[in-house]
Amino acid sequence: MSDNLLSLKHVSKEYSGNKVLKDINIELKKGEIHALIGENGAGKSTLMNILFGMPVIHTTGGYEGTIEIEGKEANIKSPHDAMANGIGMVHQEFMLIPGFTIAENIKLNREITKANPLSSIFGKRLRTLDVKKMNEDARKALDTLDMNIDEFLPVAGLPVGHMQFIEIAREIDKTGLKILVFDEPTAVLTEAEAKNLLKAIKKLSQQGIGIIFISHRLDEIIDVADRVTVLRDGEHVVTKDVKDTNKYEIAQLMVGRKIEIEREEGINKNIVDETILKLNDFVVAMPGERVKGIDLEVKKGEILGIGGLAGQGKLGIANGLMGIFPAKGEVEFKGEKLPLNNPKAAIKSGLAFVSEDRKGIGLLLDVAIEDNITFSAMQINDDFLNFIGPIKLKDSAKIRNHANKMIKDLDIRCTSSMQEVGRLSGGNQQKVCLARALTLNPTLLLVSEPTRGIDIGAKKLVIDLLKQLNNEYGMTIIMTSSELAELRSICDRIAIVCEGKIEGILPPDAPDAQFGLMMSGSSNSEGSDA
Amino acid sequence: MVQAKDKKTTKNIINKIGLPTLIIGTFWIILLIMGGALGISIKTLVSDTIKRAGMNGILVLAMVPSIQSGTGPNFALPVGIVCGLFAIVWSIEFGFTGWSWLFVAIILAIIFAVIVGYFYGRLLNAVKGSEMTIATYTGFSIVAFMCLPWLMIPFKSTNMGWFMGTGLRETIQLDAIGGQHILSKFLSFSLFGEDGLITIGGESGIIIPTGMLLIFFLCCFIVWVYFRSKSGIAISAGGSNPMFAQSSGINIDRCRIKANILSTVMGAIGIIVYSQGYGYTQLYTAPLMMAFPAVAAVLIGGATASRARVSHVIIGVIIYQGLFTTALPVANQMFEGTDLSEILRMVIQNGIILYALTQVKGGDK
Repeated sequence: MSDNLLSLKHVSKEYSGNKVLKDINIELKKGEIHALIGENGAGKSTLMNILFGMPVIHTTGGYEGTIEIEGKEANIKSPHDAMANGIGMVHQEFMLIPGFTIAENIKLNREITKANPLSSIFGKRLRTLDVKKMNEDARKALDTLDMNIDEFLPVAGLPVGHMQFIEIAREIDKTGLKILVFDEPTAVLTEAEAKNLLKAIKKLSQQGIGIIFISHRLDEIIDVADRVTVLRDGEHVVTKDVKDTNKYEIAQLMVGRKIEIEREEGINKNIVDETILKLNDFVVAMPGERVKGIDLEVKKGEILGIGGLAGQGKLGIANGLMGIFPAKGEVEFKGEKLPLNNPKAAIKSGLAFVSEDRKGIGLLLDVAIEDNITFSAMQINDDFLNFIGPIKLKDSAKIRNHANKMIKDLDIRCTSSMQEVGRLSGGNQQKVCLARALTLNPTLLLVSEPTRGIDIGAKKLVIDLLKQLNNEYGMTIIMTSSELAELRSICDRIAIVCEGKIEGILPPDAPDAQFGLMMSGSSNSEGSDA
Repeated sequence: MVQAKDKKTTKNIINKIGLPTLIIGTFWIILLIMGGALGISIKTLVSDTIKRAGMNGILVLAMVPSIQSGTGPNFALPVGIVCGLFAIVWSIEFGFTGWSWLFVAIILAIIFAVIVGYFYGRLLNAVKGSEMTIATYTGFSIVAFMCLPWLMIPFKSTNMGWFMGTGLRETIQLDAIGGQHILSKFLSFSLFGEDGLITIGGESGIIIPTGMLLIFFLCCFIVWVYFRSKSGIAISAGGSNPMFAQSSGINIDRCRIKANILSTVMGAIGIIVYSQGYGYTQLYTAPLMMAFPAVAAVLIGGATASRARVSHVIIGVIIYQGLFTTALPVANQMFEGTDLSEILRMVIQNGIILYALTQVKGGDK
């Protein structure tokens, strides 16, 4: 029998006909640290959901392939089964109760209890907590991690780094823990905290626990892991020993597409050497997509791409400019200072925004297409209105004409301009969003995730439309997208955002590895010397 | 009401009209037929229905702006009502009678309601997320609070005071100042009366209170037009998707204040129209529960707690008031000496509000 602690064999998964995982084979040995790396949507979380028996997997038809734990096939149907099989997980977001003490958090739902008179009548549920024993157990788990913090302190108010350790302590306190999964554990930690954590992970592995380490920080992986598996678009690209590879190669494997990137050069490209938008120390407090001070210049007539992994802050830039989330810093647009935190002023000055959150802030779902398209222009520029004295009434005829023109120009598939937007398909909804932005006649168009959640045919239409707007009307476009290939197909320059800052700006034909390194935030440490 | 001729469209029609509207509407028709069979004059029932619908119409209309702005049905309707009552009382105190009393009352009511509505809107902006609960208690509180001024303000008019002591009477008869039925009687006529098909000013048959209906439809028209204006469209968008409206540069808080001012004004005018139709003005705790029939009516008309149109108001107020003007005599005839119709009224009124509130989220309307 092999010494494999865990082996995933030919694991595949599809969500309603869409294959998100294809034939994944991963083996985890005792005491091994196995890194898992891939872009967003590469299938890392789906794989982990399968391993944990998350309900989302089983309500969507289960998975194919087998999972073996210590050579025996395991049938993991629920997170409870996963725990019983000795699989633990340290989450990216902490699942701790702030008002409870550290020991109570560690022992939550596995409390050690002793009998009391009430419990002998009313049953086990009313037994008293054996605080002393619980504290002892917690102490033991904390000691394993070299944490010299008092176990009786409440969790609230502890530094983030400590909370992470408490999560880990909770997992190792579980009896029979064999496999521990870390899901981007260092994402929220400071450098020193991260270093401690990596040390703790190494120590755990020495005790024979198999560790799956998910991260996109290449340096960490090189530092701590024994082997690395690269996933891309749901496919298992390669598994390598870390000592046989380097971060340059991993980055290339992570980003590289088999499909050739189609890119036709714009014929009428008309980029003037004139800065239209200038950001200076721009900060946006968008939850989950924080921008932490960036400087960026956008030239008139170009398509600037903003790429990067999810949660790094790329989406925050456009949202901050439009005043949707609180922003500060200096922004100069068309040579004038742009007032921040004021959506009205932003739109008035010639910015238009197609939000990544189509259903949330991009559309009025229960309202007709025509009213969606004309809404912003009506409210901001007083278009589509009849003036009767002081009363401004909507000009239905003009609205309908305009909407019909947009429906024809953008090829929006609908029964009529009066159809409710909520009934359209994702791609057509996106076009309605674009139509609304275009109705404002913007000088600078901000587009976030324009192809998210729409099918391939519609994707091409949207991308072609952006290209056309840029080529024929000279519209400057800032396109934010998680899909690097998409950015590389139409953008003139691509800025990669990592941890709230611009990591670098690359031409679209830069090598894969360079993109990969920048997205992982490790481009400037050793450069591309490898 | 509407019977589907084509089976395929049955579902569409039910979806379009809405199940509660259909059930309660059908119930009303059944009651009408039963009433006819029991020998109750259908003409009288229809006549009463029209009268009550006209009296309550504007109060129901007050629900539209608040629902559209996203603050939910205006459970604080008593706030507007109290403004209207205050205006009525002052108009009497100043010695106005007849039409001048009506106009002064309406103008004062609008002034009071705009001021009070502004602060009420500010209050709602401070409690986003629990508007309906806060609104209900705001309504209750203001009614309780106003019991003090009714007693303590030294009004001089003998038309309103007690015969002994100070303070206003609980019920003020409007005939003394010529305000009773002043709108209802304006251009009124009757259909199918004893004196022929149409009799101007007739008292038998189906009486049409033209003046009252005109002012109701005028208010409906104003609200309808308003929600087609730039400002009204912004309010609707803010109610339907606040994030969307905000990203288009709309100040949602201001929209909500505007909508609640309009709602309060409608409540204030509504109670004046109601009082003249009723013939009495009732003070003290009388307005305490008046929001609920209005909320129920608009919901029966097909509105939800997040979307309402003027058509919902018109349909709703007719069905709701029709049901109860019909249920009372029919129930009395069938079960003598019981208070069944009142119980029925409470069951339907509160049931429909409960139903609508459960539909706020997850409903596909």
